[in-house]
Amino acid sequence: MNAPFISVENVSHAFAGTPAVKSVGIDIAAGSFVALIGASGSGKSTLLKTINRLIAPDEGRVLIEGVDVAGLAAPVLRRQIGYVFQGIGLFPHMNVAENIAIVPRLAGSSLAAQRIAELLGLVELPPALAGRMPEELSGGQRQRVGVARALAAQPRLLLMDEPFGAVDAVVRDALGQRVLALHRQLGLTTIMVTHDVAEALLLADRVLVMHEGCIVADATAAQLLAGDGGEIAQDLVAVPLRQAQALARLAR
Amino acid sequence: MRALFATTLRLGDALSQHVLLCAAALLLGVMVALPLAVWASRSRAVAQVSLGIAGLIQTIPALALLALFFPVLLALRSVFGAGLPALGFLPALLALSLYAVLPILRNTVTALVNMDPRVIEAADGVGMTGYQRLRLVEAPLAAPFVMAGIRTAAVWTIGAATLATTIGQQSLGDPIFAGLQTQNWELVLAGCIAAAALALVADGLLAMVERGFAMRRPMLVFIGAGLALAGVAGAAVAMRDDGRDVAVVGAKNFSEQYILARLIGARLSAAGYKVEYREGLGSSVIHRALTSGAIDVYVDYTGTILANEIGPGNMDDAGTAPADLVEAIARWERETTGTRLLGALGFENAYAFAMPKEVARERGIAALDDLAPVASSLTIGGDLEFFERPEWKAVREAYGLQAANTRSFSPTFMYDALIARNADVISAFSSDGRIAADDLLVLADPRGALPAYDAVLLIAPDRAEDPRFVAALRPLIGAINVEAMRRANYAVDRQQAKRTPQQAAQELAEELAQKQAITTGGAPDAR
Repeated sequence: MNAPFISVENVSHAFAGTPAVKSVGIDIAAGSFVALIGASGSGKSTLLKTINRLIAPDEGRVLIEGVDVAGLAAPVLRRQIGYVFQGIGLFPHMNVAENIAIVPRLAGSSLAAQRIAELLGLVELPPALAGRMPEELSGGQRQRVGVARALAAQPRLLLMDEPFGAVDAVVRDALGQRVLALHRQLGLTTIMVTHDVAEALLLADRVLVMHEGCIVADATAAQLLAGDGGEIAQDLVAVPLRQAQALARLAR
Repeated sequence: MRALFATTLRLGDALSQHVLLCAAALLLGVMVALPLAVWASRSRAVAQVSLGIAGLIQTIPALALLALFFPVLLALRSVFGAGLPALGFLPALLALSLYAVLPILRNTVTALVNMDPRVIEAADGVGMTGYQRLRLVEAPLAAPFVMAGIRTAAVWTIGAATLATTIGQQSLGDPIFAGLQTQNWELVLAGCIAAAALALVADGLLAMVERGFAMRRPMLVFIGAGLALAGVAGAAVAMRDDGRDVAVVGAKNFSEQYILARLIGARLSAAGYKVEYREGLGSSVIHRALTSGAIDVYVDYTGTILANEIGPGNMDDAGTAPADLVEAIARWERETTGTRLLGALGFENAYAFAMPKEVARERGIAALDDLAPVASSLTIGGDLEFFERPEWKAVREAYGLQAANTRSFSPTFMYDALIARNADVISAFSSDGRIAADDLLVLADPRGALPAYDAVLLIAPDRAEDPRFVAALRPLIGAINVEAMRRANYAVDRQQAKRTPQQAAQELAEELAQKQAITTGGAPDAR
């Protein structure tokens, strides 16, 4: 195996004395699609945010291609990493095109209208949307714009924190498939935090299960469905599995 | 109604000064409040302390806040040198700016602190630096709330700025205070209407800017801000220095002072000076304003200078004769403050005992001496403080009036009391117009018990050696007798056919010119 794209080394972090992440160490290979799942408060979002330094860990370090992220200027680091998170986070006073072009703009360059249209195309939105304000869009459209914005500066790493939490199931499924296709098409390394176990199993080629700040399972979807990963992981997997089996029976 | 309209239109200078003062105060307030708000939004401690202090300042009455800057700036002179102005534009600007800070600070802090945390996370997540986040996200999203704060501050500032008149800064308070003192309600109303209209216009334009920010319509922002700036620029153009030497005439807060200020101003204007007025100044402030150069000239009274500036007992060598006192004060001013006492105008505004001429004749009274024999049957009326003052004690001792009854009246009703025979004699002011109007006799003071209050012309140290300035005013020395002054005062004080101080001054000037023509035997213009 080649050198890992991302190394999380012995990272711990506490909020006001309450530990959120406890001594976590993982390596992530380039090109992998990793899902982080676990109950609320298990520390998965906190772990994700140590990668783009939205959170500076109390202990340990995070390396990207062997470089400690703590040694980089946070804004410069973040502009190289696509970031999509729950609640979309589009800037309400900027139109779609301005939102998409924000990262290049921060670095001092601009995006041509053609490139904006291309990015909108990647997330299956018509170019005519470029001039709209976020408040004029549907929830699903906004989330797609959020993905387009994250991809605008051609990052190699995409971090997603509950990216589809605010949209309905149909849109959620379509968005998930779209992101997976982009992940493959653009050769991204993707790390996604989600509380939707089925989504994690369907999209990711590697699933990390967190519990009380620790990683308790590290397996592929197939391994988890086969019963590997231990008790906590199996408790999480059991729910969608049971639902799927029940649906299958109903459909017969 | 047409007169009111005309009066309002004549407030151009005061309006321009008002606009410039408020715009400067608002600008300074914004410059202080915005950085402070950004800091406060990032630190709870700073937010609590700064909002606490700004709130505390807001509880100080505007008038007191303006007045407090006078001693503060005087004290600061030890640091910044004697050139630091303690009256006029600077203290008014500082006080009003402090007032403007609170609404802007509070609105901006609230807007920044309550900003959607998801938007802030997005800003950090896409890689904005702290400054980029402020400029690209926080500032535009907070802008409508900041503008709302600026609007509130603007309306407060425009209202409070009318009080700047009391510390020698020209503003729309000038007509209001002058009107209050001379009971010229038209003037008061004109000032109020102008200030209210200004506040409405400013509020309207800033509301347009606010709406432009809120609806993300840059055109509205440009139009609103553009019109507001055009208004300020217009005021600045109207006030621009046209190269003429500016002479500032001061006045205290009663009719006679307003009239004399206009009389002096007209002469200076004719001599080529650009004349400004600082009216409604307090008795203790005005002398300091003169010695510091904030005003160039005003009329004071020998007894007042003796009591307020020199202090009783500090000039024992001064003779009791009024002329000696004028001479002694002139020497004291020259040696102590550098101020030039050009001379006495020719009348006194002193405490004086007056009674109806008819009654005086009946009872054979012409002087204070004549009161003693009938003292036990006399009722003497005075204003509310008179019987506590040293002047009354001196008169009582000198003329043996211990047996007389005394009764206090509010000044307005004192004269009515005399007419209604509720008092036989009253303590009046010798130049009061009602002495002539009510046909009163001022009783002579042969024993010199009452101190002299000769009106004298004081010229600021900087102007003392300005020959053109002195020459323009010298003709006033010894030219105004008490009858002329009373007529002018009455023209302003009476209820019917009321004159403005400006009109009364003009009539007085014409009278003086005629008199001079008669005494010199030449044309009024002959020099």
